[in-house]
Parts: sequence; C-alpha cells; structure tokens
Amino acid sequence: MTRTIAIMAGAALILLFATLMLVVMPYTQMAGAPVPDELEAYSEAELRGREIYISQGCVYCHSQQPRDPGFSNADQQRGWGRASVPGDYAYDQPHLMGTMRTGPDLFNIGARQPSETWHYIHLYNPRAVVEDSIMPAYRYLFRVVREPLPSDTVVNIPDPYGPEHGTVVTTREAKDLVAYLKALDHTYPVETLPHKQKGDANGR
Amino acid sequence: MTPTIAFLLALTFLISVGALLALVWSIATDQFSHGASAARTIFAAGEVGRAEDPAAGRHGLADAPRDATDEEAVTARREADLSSRVPVLTLLASAVVWLVVGSLYGLLSSLKMHMPELLADIEAVTFGRIRPMHLNAVAYGWASMAGLGAAVWLVPRLFKTPLMGAGYATAGAWVWNLGMVLGLVSIGAGLSDGEEWLEFPWQVDALFVLAGGLCAVPLLLTVRNRQVRHLYVTSWYLMGALIWFPLLFLLANLPYLFPGAAGATVNWWFAHNVLGLWVTPIGVGIAYYMIPKILGKPVISYRLSLLGFWSLALFYSQVGIHHLIGGPVPTWLVTLSIVHSVMMVIPVVTVAINHHGTMIGHFGRLRDSPTLRFVWIGSLMYTASSLQGSMEALRSVNVVTHFTHYTVGHAHLGMYAFLSFILFGAVYFIMPRITGWEWPSRRLIVLHFWLAFSGIIIYVVALSIGGWFQGLALLDGDTAFMETVRLTLPYLKARSVGGALMTASHLLFAGHFLTLLWLGGRPADRPTLFRSTIPEGRT
Ligand code: HEC
Ligand code: HEM
Repeated sequence: MTRTIAIMAGAALILLFATLMLVVMPYTQMAGAPVPDELEAYSEAELRGREIYISQGCVYCHSQQPRDPGFSNADQQRGWGRASVPGDYAYDQPHLMGTMRTGPDLFNIGARQPSETWHYIHLYNPRAVVEDSIMPAYRYLFRVVREPLPSDTVVNIPDPYGPEHGTVVTTREAKDLVAYLKALDHTYPVETLPHKQKGDANGR
Repeated sequence: MTPTIAFLLALTFLISVGALLALVWSIATDQFSHGASAARTIFAAGEVGRAEDPAAGRHGLADAPRDATDEEAVTARREADLSSRVPVLTLLASAVVWLVVGSLYGLLSSLKMHMPELLADIEAVTFGRIRPMHLNAVAYGWASMAGLGAAVWLVPRLFKTPLMGAGYATAGAWVWNLGMVLGLVSIGAGLSDGEEWLEFPWQVDALFVLAGGLCAVPLLLTVRNRQVRHLYVTSWYLMGALIWFPLLFLLANLPYLFPGAAGATVNWWFAHNVLGLWVTPIGVGIAYYMIPKILGKPVISYRLSLLGFWSLALFYSQVGIHHLIGGPVPTWLVTLSIVHSVMMVIPVVTVAINHHGTMIGHFGRLRDSPTLRFVWIGSLMYTASSLQGSMEALRSVNVVTHFTHYTVGHAHLGMYAFLSFILFGAVYFIMPRITGWEWPSRRLIVLHFWLAFSGIIIYVVALSIGGWFQGLALLDGDTAFMETVRLTLPYLKARSVGGALMTASHLLFAGHFLTLLWLGGRPADRPTLFRSTIPEGRT
C-alpha cells in the first residue's frame, strides 16, 4: 500500500509543480499586465454579441491574436494589426484567441471592416460578398418579413442570394453580434510590444 | 525577462533534471527491485512462453488449460475477468455508442468545410457547434470511457485479486453517460463555455469529476488486497492517469477564475494534459500489458519502462503552452513548453524500445491476432505522432503549421491512429473474456481494420500536405487570404473520404459488438483470429 501511495503522491506532486509553473506564475505575471488606456470595456449589447460568437462557434475558424512581426510578418501585411499583448484581453472572459485560421484573424475586424451592412450581408450568406467563401451562412440570425416595420433594420441581399419573397431584416442576435465584431478594434498603441510596430490596423 | 522569472525557470529545469537523475540512480542501483523478475509480474507460473491470444491450444475451449501448469493461470484469469464484468461491459458498450455518435458529427463537420450550404439552416448542426460536439464525444465519450473500461478490466488482472467495489465503477459509468448527454445537448443548444476542450458547461463538468472519482474507487480498494508484490508498470500508468484527470478537470473548469490571456494559458495547459496525462498513459499502459501478454514474453527492458513513466509525468505536464507559440503570452512560458516538448523524446523512445523491441522476432503474429495488430500499430503511431509533436513545437516548424489543418492531422494521428487503435485492440481482447462469447465474424474484424487503417492514412496524409501548403501561403503576406482557403479544398475533400472510411469502419465495429451481445456470439470454443491456426473441422 505504501508503494501505491508513493506513486500516486509522486504523480500528484509533479502535477502540482507543473501547475505552479504553467498556471500560477503566468497568472500572477499577466494579472499585473497594464490595461491599455484606450481599451474600452464591452457594452451590454457587445457582451451579448460575444455570447452569440461563442454559441455559434466562430472561434473554431477565426483566431484573435495577430502575431509578432519578429515571428511572422504576414499578419501585419494582411492588415490584421499589431501583435496583441496580454493587456488587450483584460475584459475577455473567456478568452477567444482560437487556434485555427480557416478564416482571417478577427482581432481588428472592427477597424478593418466598419460597415454594418457588409457584416449583415456577409453573415446572411458569405458567398454573397466573397466568392467561394467556405464560411457557414447564418441565415437563422435573420428574419424574412413581407412588410418591414419602421423599427426593423432591412438588409438588402444582392441577387441571387436573397429569399424569393419578402425582405430580410435583422434579429437582435444579428445586431448584437455585429456590435461585438465592430468592437473588435485594438488599433490603439501599447507600450509593451516586443518589437517596434505601427499601431495602424491596416499595417499601412 | 525579469531576473526572478529567469531564476525560477532555471530552477524548474534543475529540479526536473535532478529528479530524473535521482530516478536513473534508483533504478540503476535497484532501489525498487525493478529487474527482469518485475516484468514477469503479469504472468502466472509457467505462463511465460505461452500466448494468451490465441488462448486456445488445439483442444476444446478457447481458454481451457492445456496442461497442469496452465491450470493456475487460466483459473486466475477467469476469476479476475468475471469480477470486473459488469462495469467493464457498461463502460465499453457506452464507449462504442459515443464512438458512432462522435464519428457522425466528425464526418458532418468535415463535409461542411467544403460544402458550406449543407444543412446550413439548422442552427443545432452549424459547423461551430458540431465541431466541438465531435471533439467532446470522441475524447470524453469514446476514448475516455473505453480507456476507463480497459483500466477497470486490467485492475484485477494486474493485482491478481478479484475486483473490489465494482458497483462504484458501474455507477461512475452511468454518471459519466449522463454528463455526456447533458454536455452534448448543451453545446447543440448553444450553451458552450467557449473554450476548446472545456466546452461543456461547468455545472455539467461536476458530474465528470464525480464519475471519475467513482471509477477510481475500485482501483484503490483492490490495490489494498493485491496478491502481487511488485506493481507492474501498467498499474503505474493507470494510477497516474486516475489521479491526474480529476485534479486537472476540476482546476481547469473552475468558473470565472482565470480571465483574459491567463485563461488561454490554463485552457491549453489543460487541453494538452488531457492528451498527455489522461489518454496517453491509459493507451501506453494497455499496450504494456497486451503486447507481452499476447506474445507470452516479458517486455525487454523493464527498467526503461519506469524511467519512461516518470519522465512522461515530468515533461508532459508542462508542454501545453506550445499551443500559443507566437501568441500574447510571456516568452519564457512558451520557451518552457517548447523545451519540455522536445524532452518528450525521452519517454517516447523508452516506450518505443520496449514495445517494438519486445515485438522483434514475433512480427508474424500480426497476421493472426487482431488485438496484437491493432495494439502494435497503435503503439507504432504513438512513436510517430509523439516525435512529430516534438518537431511541431519547434518555433521554425510551428510558425508554418500553427493555425492550419496540419495540426488537425497531427491530432488524429495521436487520438486515432495511436489511441483509438489500441482501444480497438483492447475491446477485441476483453469482450470474449468477460462474456464468454467469441466475436461472431472474422471478416468483420478484417474489414474494420482495413477501413480504419486506410481511412486514417488518407486523413493524415491529406491534412499534413494541405496544412503545410496552407501554412506557407498564410506566411506570405502577398497571397490573398482566399487563396489560402481555395488551395486547401482538395485536401479537405480527401479528408472527408478518409473520414467516411473511418466512420464506416466504426459502424461495422458497433454492429459487430451488438451482434456479439445480442446473439450471444458463438461460445468461445475457438478465438476469432484473422486466420485460423486450427485446421478447419478439428476441434
Ligand atoms: C467554417 C469556418 C468558419 C466559421 C465557423 C466562421 N467563419 Fe468567418 N470566415 C471564414 C472564412 C473562410 C472567411 C474568409 C472568406 C469570407 O470573408 O467569407 C471568413 C471571413 C469572416 C469575416 C471577414 C473577415 C475579413 O477580414 O474580411 C468575418 C467578419 C467573419 N468571418 C466573421 C465570422 C463570425 C462572426 C462567425 C461566427 C458567427 C464566423 N465568421 C464563423 C470561415 C469561418
Ligand atoms: C473516433 C476517433 C476520432 C478522434 C479521437 C478524433 C479526435 C479529434 C480531435 C482531438 C480534434 C481536435 C483537433 C484540433 O483542434 O487540433 C478533432 C477535430 C476534428 N475531427 Fe476528429 N476524431 C476522430 C474521428 C474523426 C472522424 C471519423 C472524422 C470524419 C471526417 C473527424 C473529423 C474531424 C473534424 C472535421 C475536426 C475539426 C477540424 C477543424 O476544426 O478544422 N474526426 N477530432
């Protein structure tokens, strides 16, 4: 029995040690990271949009972490913005950094694509704006009505991608999601960057 | 890098190396009496030199003793197997169900990646939901439950005493199943916690901690009664896994504890530990039992096997941050994980020497024993995928492969070609022994093997090539982004073909499993082998 306990205790201790290194230390270091002055907390609508982003699983195709040009310069060239720093994520709970780039990095999509209309059309059917896109269509985030009310936001879907009859209007989910996408703008300068970079989202 | 951090970093490295040296010393000076005799712990007197699979000699029942020396071994095995019957059957049958569910979600996700309009208007099957459902179903449903089933089955065999507290494990299996159903339904309904590998809502996660704990109870109760002096290396791996998983799962799922960038480090530290400290030790542990047992030959270097265990614990627990290379986390942390990823070569090579070395001279047996073929191919793929992983962690390689389909190819080489193959082999071995019925059809096993094998080869080769090109294109800022999408399409389609073959093999496997249970198989008068070692007509 003692040997069993020795093995299990040894195994648990090793894990504890790893936890100290990989969980506790980074946590203490990053919790103290300065929050950039110009980073704004999310609004109510943006937070709701963030929940939609999570529940639709956008994170499985989109990262939110432009890379350091010292590592790879392409992100800046594509206009995805400067490398992100821990402080940029101060209000992100849970984090949505992602590990796939089946689609482009979205950390600065709000600066790169400020047009709400573009986002609505793109979400309704990505192929209506980008030929050959493999992004899923999110038509269920929209409603088709015969007569839009004055309070409705109408989205004019280009032919042949729209419905055969009726007009496409947004739901609250679509509006919140786009509000969140527009809030993804981390183009302000930060001081803790590992390399000198321009703060311009378009990398120009 | 601040001096404190540099100091701590140096310290951990010294501790790791120190611990390893202490271990080498203790093994070299025989502090634990880990010699060749220890490697024979899993055999009964006179059992070495006799294969358990095919258990049948030329006469009668598959597991009938051949002579007086065999008597003891066979009786002990029967008693052991009978005592774990109910929980093992519950766990394995559940695992097979989740395998089918998980593969169907995987196949649908794969198809949607090149046919985005497929079932696009049904929210519950949008790509971003079925993709995590696939992962959770195969990782926590199939791999974990089949692994637990094999572990519970191994416990009485390793300790040579009937399983105590089997009821706890059976209860654990049902709680685990409940957790799976609730978790998958939550993701389908859009109630994900949002982090990869941790999507199940934390309220549901509590069920898994409970279930894991319940499954560990029989292990602890049985080990107290054990009839063997030495604990065979497989039990080390199983004990390690069963202590690590509940701790990890609890910590990583604590709600609201880790915000922002620190949350990402915890997320990936956990995710890689599920692989490294949960499914890997189970898979490697099973192979450490099956290969010697089937060949009737102890592993060639028992001392190495223990070195392998402790170095796995030391290094694998710190590799997780290689998922964030180039990301917004401190550089020292990434470096630490890269160093440990490369150090993983040590445990991998020790396991490779033992598994493949023990096989030398017996490769002919791959032609007849289904379990051996699945388990050894799985072990070979463990070597391959681990060495690939160490390479992938290098900055120069990672800069290309990170964010691409290459990683997904690697994930399936590990989770499927390594782990799932070993689990398939284990199920083929265990089921006849706990039910007393043989697998009804040799052809179905052959077909399962070849479909799964060709499927995973197509899968991994396609994504490795496609992912590499995708990575190079992503690194070239002048290539339009849509180019990087278009160039992957042929490879994504090939992946669907490979995945369809794998899924088909799972449907056959599940059907075969059901037939065995429902029709009661044939009585185990002769093992179902790839080719008959007994001339037809003679019994
Ligand atoms: C199957 C993978 C996939 C999923 C899931 C996915 N996308 Fe995309 N996304 C892409 C691809 C590929 C592109 C590039 C082609 C295009 O613009 O449609 C893209 C492009 C985008 C763009 C335009 C980026 C740019 O730089 O022009 C935005 C915005 C976007 N996606 C938002 C989302 C949101 C929001 C979700 C979740 C509701 C989502 N995506 C889910 C694959 C995906
Ligand atoms: C049963 C054994 C299987 C296991 C253990 C398994 C495991 C996994 C794992 C661990 C991932 C996450 C990869 C990552 O994030 O890097 C994953 C993703 C995936 N798997 Fe599987 N898988 C299995 C079978 C299948 C099958 C049969 C298919 C069918 C084609 C499939 C298709 C996919 C797809 C499409 C993804 C998502 C990749 C992405 O997001 O780009 N898997 N699987």
